[in-house]
Amino acid sequence: MPEVKRRYVIPGEVVARGNVRADLNVVRVGDKIVATRVGMAEVGHDTARVVPLSGPYIPRIDDLVVGKIVDYSAFAWEGDINSCFFGILPAASVFGRDYSPAKDSLTDKLKVGDMIAARIIAFDRTRDPLLSISGPGLGRIPKGYAVKISPAKVPRLIGKKGSMIKSIEVGTHCRMLIGQNGVVIIVGATEDAQKAAAAVNLVEQEAHSADLIEKVQSMLGLTVAQKEEFNGEEKPTPEASQTPAENSESLEQAETIYNEEEEADEP
Amino acid sequence: MGKQGGDSSSLINAEGLRHDGRKLDELRPVKIQVGILKNADGSAFIQFGKNKIMAGVYGPKEVHPKHNALPDRGLLRCRYHMSPFSTDERKNPAPSRREIEISKVIREALQPSLMLEDYPRTAIDVYVEILQSDGGSRCASICAASVALADAGINMRDLVVACAAGKVAGQVVLDVDDTEDKEGQADLPIAIMPSTNEVTLLQLDGQLNPEEFGRGFNWALEGCRKVYQLQREALIGRYFGEGEMREAVQ
Repeated sequence: MPEVKRRYVIPGEVVARGNVRADLNVVRVGDKIVATRVGMAEVGHDTARVVPLSGPYIPRIDDLVVGKIVDYSAFAWEGDINSCFFGILPAASVFGRDYSPAKDSLTDKLKVGDMIAARIIAFDRTRDPLLSISGPGLGRIPKGYAVKISPAKVPRLIGKKGSMIKSIEVGTHCRMLIGQNGVVIIVGATEDAQKAAAAVNLVEQEAHSADLIEKVQSMLGLTVAQKEEFNGEEKPTPEASQTPAENSESLEQAETIYNEEEEADEP
Repeated sequence: MGKQGGDSSSLINAEGLRHDGRKLDELRPVKIQVGILKNADGSAFIQFGKNKIMAGVYGPKEVHPKHNALPDRGLLRCRYHMSPFSTDERKNPAPSRREIEISKVIREALQPSLMLEDYPRTAIDVYVEILQSDGGSRCASICAASVALADAGINMRDLVVACAAGKVAGQVVLDVDDTEDKEGQADLPIAIMPSTNEVTLLQLDGQLNPEEFGRGFNWALEGCRKVYQLQREALIGRYFGEGEMREAVQ
């Protein structure tokens, strides 16, 4: 495996030189690749990037996000998705093609203050992100506790092959939904949810630690057998830190709980 | 506002030391802390000599009013404000002409370093609050604001670092404090992006001949490089811990 060199950088520092492709959070200046964020620079055989430790959530297409409805107009809801842009959820995508403001009322489906699990289906420089709640595991979130973390720490909270989130779910008997925008929904009894929230905050604060999963498992009092089931969590690899879709197995499991909840709630 | 020469013996003594014991080309002690404000997206606190300055960054966020939003890039807004207790005489809390000017100067010094085109239709607000003022606060404010922007995770081409030179009792000096500013003959604040040596702020209050200007400018550049190391240590120490900071700095 080609060696990946890592070191800490701040904006403006040279990460690599020469014929190297500029990947995430770096910019090419002449023959130099320069960091644009504070983080860990990773220089591989032919690419250079910086894994940041903080920063706002910038929407990406196909991201799963947890948002809160903050406003609505005649044709769409506006949702706070913990980003510098509000998400737009068109009424036609929820009511159907024959939606008409004259006969359908938006508040029949979603009210201001409702939490939703949505997917970003469109986003570019010229307009706000477009949301969709059509799909498995998407829609209104009927209950749970919301915890916000830095979006940069979401891959660490998911863990390698979902090991971190599984550890927390097993250790607290809760179910969790993690949005790529850093909003985490915890469903469970109050005390268990508080334990889970404390574990989530620990992951956010100690994200740079190599033995983070052991700390979390100790905090939650997992048995040896349970620990062995989830161990194998190493320091975050470039794949884990930048392609959270590959760790989405736990996310999909968590998503289905809301479908079951909503079906139970429906008359 | 013309600068008057003060009592030169009190400002620079026979050994060439200034009224506070510094050499002509010596900086005041500088300390920078990052991530001080819980509610801000990014923050920094700087102590530049007796200056105590807090910088907070909010954003990128939606622009209100919306018609102020720029379609292709973010909007940088800066506010420099001196607290009423920051000076020996109570400062009126209303923005003065000087504060409005310095707000503009800080914005123009920081703007070239930010990749605002990555944040169209948003605003980034930088608030700088002077808690204690002792001369050279605009330079210290720029240093703190740049670190706060990096703490907020805004895409930046480089940090911005600032330092001032001046002329006191007929001699060029580095890092003018309040006493020297009031009684000196010139004040030359500069701000640079250290990786590319691009100058983003250059002001002169007073009179310098070309030779004095060259010396003052070069000393201020050296001062900027020293402060830049402190900015770097503060950011790396904040995110990667003290041990990693020492390793990273080496």
